[in-house]
Amino acid sequence: MTTRDIVHIALFAAIIAALGVFPPIVLPLVGVPITAQSLGVMLAGSVLGARRGGLAVLLLLALVAAGAPLLAGGRGGFGVFLGPSGGFLIGWPVAAFVIGWLVERTWQHLDLVRAFLANVLGGILVMYAFGVPWIAVAAEIPLATAFTGALGFVPGDLIKAGIAAVVAVTVKRAYPIIEAKTVA
Amino acid sequence: MTLGLYIDRSSLLHRLAPAVKLATLLAAGIGVFLVRDPLWLLPVLGTVLMLYAVAKIPPGEVWRQLRPLAVLMVLFLLAHGWLTTWTLGFLVVLRFAILVLAAFLVTYTTKLSAMIETLERAIAPLAPLGVNPAKVSLALSLALRFIPLLYDRVREIREAQRARGLERSVVSIAVPLLVRTLRMADDLTQALEARGFDATEPAPRAGRAKTRR
Repeated sequence: MTTRDIVHIALFAAIIAALGVFPPIVLPLVGVPITAQSLGVMLAGSVLGARRGGLAVLLLLALVAAGAPLLAGGRGGFGVFLGPSGGFLIGWPVAAFVIGWLVERTWQHLDLVRAFLANVLGGILVMYAFGVPWIAVAAEIPLATAFTGALGFVPGDLIKAGIAAVVAVTVKRAYPIIEAKTVA
Repeated sequence: MTLGLYIDRSSLLHRLAPAVKLATLLAAGIGVFLVRDPLWLLPVLGTVLMLYAVAKIPPGEVWRQLRPLAVLMVLFLLAHGWLTTWTLGFLVVLRFAILVLAAFLVTYTTKLSAMIETLERAIAPLAPLGVNPAKVSLALSLALRFIPLLYDRVREIREAQRARGLERSVVSIAVPLLVRTLRMADDLTQALEARGFDATEPAPRAGRAKTRR
């Protein structure tokens, strides 16, 4: 890992924290708030790639766990990991890693569709795979019920995946960070 | 810098080593999942609340942390009361309350710097796996240093985009934020290397000399 990699990881953790200052946008029809912060998680993977993206999110979570109020709404501390949405937070670094892995695989042909798919797979599928079982276990409700409840967040997350795709493709054009992988 | 949720008081809990508090939290976290009867959780909740008093944390803080959970907790309670049993509902709600309050007690009574030090010590044994504690420390302190700066930068970019009527467009804020920050990363890298930081240097005690990239 080079000095540049470490700087990228640190600055991206700071970017995700800074995106927490956006007031959540409430979706008109479903009434679910969208915070820009999980968008930051998607962007970490899409812009930095698997390893650095995942580590950037992990670094942010380490600071949050240590007691820095860096999550949207000034939340932080160990408590946020043990609350009902703790599973989603644990899923964050994995989501960023998976998104980054997918984006790296398709880097040379990265377009809006591919970037969107990578963000849906990593940022929605992987994230829910962590978040929903945790709610089910901790609240003692059936997995299917927890899953139905989580479906309300899907429209907002699809919008975020779309935004992440647009930003990722634009940033790639302006300032590409991921090196082209020559897949054997 | 006032970053952190730490509440400065003089108490036994504040003086306790962070590692001890974390180990206790972990044990309590596992413990509450082993109990099946909510009646047994009441004294545990009572103990946690008593510890808040020992740590001299104002009661308002307890409510501040529970408030965001309140709606969901009522929902869980009603859902269980309706679909399964009220006992299970109370068990779930009490468990969440204990977990969240106990975790926040650790956060309130431990300085951010002390917690980060503990974290750095905890990862030191991972060095043989390729985790370099010096690099982790650098990343942690860089992130802490740049978070306030990036808060300001988001504000700046939002104001600039408002002048163009774009303040509601997330894309037109995220793109300049990312590009400017990535560009800054390159300057920062050069500055670090000019001051002798060498990322290729092996973890302490591994004595192999390596050439720089």
